[in-house]
This record gives sequence, structure tokens and C-alpha cells, in this order.
Amino acid sequence: MKALQIPVVELPKETDELRREIRQFLKEEIENGSIVPKCDCWLSGFSAEFSKKMGERGWIGMTWPKKYGGGERSSVERYVVTEEMLAAGAPVSGHWIADRQSGPLFLKFGTEDQKQFFLPKIAKGECFFAIGLSEPNAGSDLANIQTRAVKVDNGWVLNGSKIWTSGAHVAHYSIVLCRTSPQDPNNRHAGMSQLIVDLKAPGVTIRPIHLMTGEHHFNEVFFEDVFIPDEMVVGEVGNGWAQGMAELAYERSGPERILSTYPLLNELTNILVENKDRNGLKQVSRLVSRMWTLRNMSLGIAQLLEEGVPSNIIASLVKDMGTKFEQEIAEITRLLVSVVPSTDSESLIEKYLAQSILQSPGFTLRGGTNEILRGIIAKGVIQQ
Amino acid sequence: MSEMKEMIIESASKMFEKYSTKEAVNESEKGVWAGDLWNSLAENGMLTVAVPEELGGSGGDYDDALSILRLAGKYSAPIPLAETYMANWLLAKFDIPVGNDILTVAYEKNMQPFQFNKDGEGFVVTGKAKNVPWARYADKLIVLGETSDGTIFSLLDLKDAQINQGKNMAGEARDEVIFDHVFVNDPVNRFIGRDDFEKTVLYSGALTKSVLMAGALEKILEVTINHTNERNQFGRPLHRFQAIQHHIAHLAGESASAGLAASYAVDSFEKDPFSKEIALAKIRVNEAAGKGNPIAHQVLAAIGFTYEHTLHHSTRRLWSWRDEFGTESEWEEVVTDELLNLDKDGLWSLITGVENYSKEVEVK
Repeated sequence: MKALQIPVVELPKETDELRREIRQFLKEEIENGSIVPKCDCWLSGFSAEFSKKMGERGWIGMTWPKKYGGGERSSVERYVVTEEMLAAGAPVSGHWIADRQSGPLFLKFGTEDQKQFFLPKIAKGECFFAIGLSEPNAGSDLANIQTRAVKVDNGWVLNGSKIWTSGAHVAHYSIVLCRTSPQDPNNRHAGMSQLIVDLKAPGVTIRPIHLMTGEHHFNEVFFEDVFIPDEMVVGEVGNGWAQGMAELAYERSGPERILSTYPLLNELTNILVENKDRNGLKQVSRLVSRMWTLRNMSLGIAQLLEEGVPSNIIASLVKDMGTKFEQEIAEITRLLVSVVPSTDSESLIEKYLAQSILQSPGFTLRGGTNEILRGIIAKGVIQQ
Repeated sequence: MSEMKEMIIESASKMFEKYSTKEAVNESEKGVWAGDLWNSLAENGMLTVAVPEELGGSGGDYDDALSILRLAGKYSAPIPLAETYMANWLLAKFDIPVGNDILTVAYEKNMQPFQFNKDGEGFVVTGKAKNVPWARYADKLIVLGETSDGTIFSLLDLKDAQINQGKNMAGEARDEVIFDHVFVNDPVNRFIGRDDFEKTVLYSGALTKSVLMAGALEKILEVTINHTNERNQFGRPLHRFQAIQHHIAHLAGESASAGLAASYAVDSFEKDPFSKEIALAKIRVNEAAGKGNPIAHQVLAAIGFTYEHTLHHSTRRLWSWRDEFGTESEWEEVVTDELLNLDKDGLWSLITGVENYSKEVEVK
């Protein structure tokens, strides 16, 4: 079936050196205590200093044009950086969204001024973005958003709220999808726009939503008569839905859909190898076979995206299977080692296991629930 | 994909479409040789792909041959194409010319080598092999042998053998072959280490099975999708139901995973005939068969459970093939050996294929 065909990617030898450079850097950062690795680091591992260091090394905005602070490197090189960071559990959440989707959105739809203003700051690791999509009554049914902006002189006045906004309390801006014309029952996706909201602007209130672990990553963000200058509209007024969906295609099949619990798998393997536990390692072998396949799918899609081949169906497949895989690592680990998982534990396996289990419900929810994705996949293959 | 490959695939597809029909597959199970299919592949040089022309082959690479084999898996082709490729590639490695013979290979775990006792110009051969694919139709068989001078592989003519018919779950011929003090005049023998022979057959067997299975998984996805388009219940097509959509998505995932895992195994085979990719792929493809088959049968319901329908051509093969040339468990043992040698935090190097430190370049 054509829609499910994924190319075999051979990573260029030059990326080997890049990997070693990153590994050396991470080893030093961990050894000197600058960073503490954790599972699900791209949501819950925040360090402004670390983001800045990555920026200094040219590892943010890698593929962007040099004139906007980018490195004009290939998407494969970017892939290498992201997967190395995730495998090590490095605190990358600060710049994650800006690097993955806000920057590319500006490049595709932004004005020259927006590109010149935002991209260099993002690439330096000094400007963080939050996603402004979900609302209290618009989760999976995203087209039902109610936040609206009304036209005034020189700009728009925004009212409404967003929810489940990861990192809004540490981010500088959010790209908010809102209605700019009344709802059209015949075209649910019409009349929406994307606005850049300065999260320090008057009228913006950010309220924490604590996860079940007690950690603070999610927020509710309220907009009360927030003035948004005309220059802060992304792309065309009314084209927000299409722009937002293009943004999503890039985020579904990345390595972060496979590797959220990788530090746990690594630690499990360390213990089993140390104990020469063949039986346990056989189960790890099964996981390695799955991870190897998923990673190859993810790499193949990265290549298709670069070539401009629509990959929505297989990207959704990777997210559906990859996130279930992330959860399964924890389920298998707990049966192979006899430990008491705790986020406070000094033992890495106990800490990573607790982090993996307690963060796991989010894996199959964020970026479109797996149920929504399965609908996309099924409809896609049936139309073939 | 190269233009050449596209042409090969297109013409092979036509042949399988024409000759590997529902009837041919069913007839084969009743004991009728799919001669038209075999002859048509032979006439088009498709049995000796990836064997150099100097040795009587049609040239091309493993990827070309295995693209044809994937189609054979998709069409449940009831012929020993995988076995013939495996045999031809082994023969070619030893510079032995090949032709369009129907070939098969004897392999089982802990197998007993055939005994070759020198007798004048020839040998008296004694031995027994179980579950030999398609032996009753094959012209020749490759076996592991023992002579007074060492271990060999030998290409034996099967007209001298006693054959007791057997079958796997898909009704494919898996026969017992017995040589009981048979005199063989000047057989094609080559010295080979026992381990080398076993590994060569096991890895090429796992590779060809993975490719066949990837084809079969592609097929069951197509059959399942078609069924949900055509069948209506409660006044709408089955694919409109979310429960069914989730089954389709899951099956599509297994099918795509198996397909790509097999492709990577194929890609690695050229560089390393005993690659870890072959092990990882067989594990993943086997797993996909175990997960995919129940989904297809659940969605097709009672009709897919009948002999009348063709779903079982693929699902019975998948259930049989996953146990041939290594179950998940057996290949996990192989990967485990590699894991046991890892340094601390070394798993990531294994997955990415990049060591943490570049190897020192040796200065002479």
C-alpha cells in the first residue's frame, strides 16, 4: 500500500561525529551536576541555562537560514540532536516547542519582521513558546474553540482561555488559535487565526494546573481584553486552522514519540547486563526490536517530510505505536526488577520507573489522542 | 526505487496475479504442483536473480530478488521460491553454476549431517531430514554432510530419495527426505564449516521468511480494508464504525512495521549476511503476524474463517512462517548475546550503530 511505504534511511557518516560531540557535552553536563536526566524530559525537564547552552552550540533552529540565526543544517542532523537529547533525558522542554514548531511556522507563514525578531532569539535558546490550542470545551474536537479576537484599530482584542498549556509559566510567547469571525456551521474550520501572544502582556493570567504527581507543567491561560498588534498575526487572518494543522504534521512522528521513557530502558539494561540476566535481556531484546522498527519509521518520515511527501497517515501510526511503546517499557521493567518506584529515590531505576509510570497517561493524549489518530489512520488507508 | 526495479516488480506482479490464483493455491494444497507459475518465473529469469550472469544467473542484487519474493508472499505463491533463492545464492557463493532447477534446503535445529561414505568415484549417502520445504516437487536438495575428509554441503538429486509427505499449517509441503545407503555418483560437494553452513541457512532463511511475511501482512491489510468497504451492517459500511477503524489502524501499524523491518533486513544483508538487523526484523515481523492475524479474522468474522474465503491463504502462512527459521524467542537469544557484551549505558550505541568514541585509526 502506497500510503504506508516508508523509505530506508542511511544516516550520513558525518552525523557520527555530531553524535559523539553531543554525547561528550552531555556527559560533562551530567558529571558536573548542571543537569539531572529524567524521563519525559521534553515535557518536564526545564532548564533555561541548558537551553542557552544548546543555543550557543547551534543545536536549536539548526535547519533555519543563517540570516535568522539558524545553522542551515539538514533535518537529519536536527533529528540526531533531538534523539540524542531525549535518550540522555536532558532538560530540553524550555525551547522544545519553539524549535519544533513555532520557528518552522514563522518560516512558512511569518512576516519578514516576525522572522527577524523571533527566530534569532529562539535559536539562541532565549525565547520560549507555548502551544495555544486546547480549550476547556475543545479538546479532541479542536474546531470547537471559543477564544475570539475582535478587530480594533491597529490590532485585535483577545478574550477567552486556553488549557493544558505546557510551560506557559516559563514561556515568553504563545501562538494562540482563536476565532476571528463567527462560527460557520457549514465550515467548522473557517474563520480561525493564529496570534502571537506575549505572555507578560496586560490581561494575560496564567494559573497552574498541577499534574497528579504534584508537578507543575500544565497551565490554564486566560485572556481578558488582551491587545494584540496587527504585526502579531501569523500568516493570513482566517487561515489559522490550515496553518495549525501543518504544524501538527511535524510533531507526530518525531523521536519524542518513542523515547520519552528511554532513560528507564537504558537503566534496566545496565542492571540486567550487570546481573547477566539472560531471561530479562530477552525481554529487552523484544523491546529493542520494536524500538529499532519505530525509530526507522520515524527517520523515514523525517526524510519524506523534507522531500515534501504528505505523511500524515504514517506519522499518526508512529505516534500511536510509539507512545504505547513508551508506556510498555515501564510495564515490562517492573516485572524484571524488584524495586520500589519513587520519584524521590536515590536509585536511578526506582526514580525513572516512577517518572515513567506517573507521566505515562500523557503520552497517549498529547498531540492528538491515540483514538483520534486511529481514526485518521483508518480513514487514510481506506481512501487508498 | 530504480526504474529497473519498478519494471521487475511490475512484471512479477502480473505473473503472480495470473498464476498464483485462489484456485492454484487451493489446488496446491491438494497436491497439484503450480507448474505454470514456476515455469513463467523461470522463463523470465526470476529464479536466479542476484546470481551473476557468469554463473548462469540473471544478475541483479538481493533487493531485486527479495522484491519479487515479497510479492510471492503477498500472493501466497505455492512454490519454493525462497528456498530456491537461498540455494542458488549459496551455490553462487561457491562459484557453482545455477539453472532453473527447483531447489530446496534441509534445515532444522541440531540437525544430523548426512553421512557420505567414499565408494569409488562416488559416495554412499545415508541421512534423514524432516520438514523439508516442497521436497516432493524439488529437483535437488542442499544438505549438510559429513565425509571422512570433513564437513560439506552437498547438492543431492531428489529422484534417489524416499519422500514421506508432510505439511505445515498452511498446507505447504514439508516433507521427510530419507537417503538410505543411496549411491551417488560424483555429487556437487563443497567443504564448509558446520557453523558456517547452519548460520548461512538460518539467516538467509529468516530473511526470506521475513520478506514473505511482510508481503502476506500487506495482503491481509488489503483484504481487511476491502471487506470493511463492501460489507454493510446497521445500514452503513463496517469501516464507519470506530471499533472497526481502530482495528484497521492497529493492523495498518503492524503491516507497515513488518514491511519496514523487512526492508532494513534486506538492506543489511548485502553488507553482512549475519546482520543483527535480520534478527531484529524476524522478531518484529513474527510479532506483527501474531497481532495482525487475529485482527483480520475478527474484522472478517465468520466468512474469513471459511475455506471458501482466501484470507486463510495468508493467515495460515503467517502462522506457519513465524515459527520457521526462528521464533521471537530464538532470535531474542541471539540479540541477548549481543546485549550481554554491552558496556554501561551502551544500549544507545547499539541502537544508533554509533559508538561513543571513534575507533582509533590504526597507523601502520
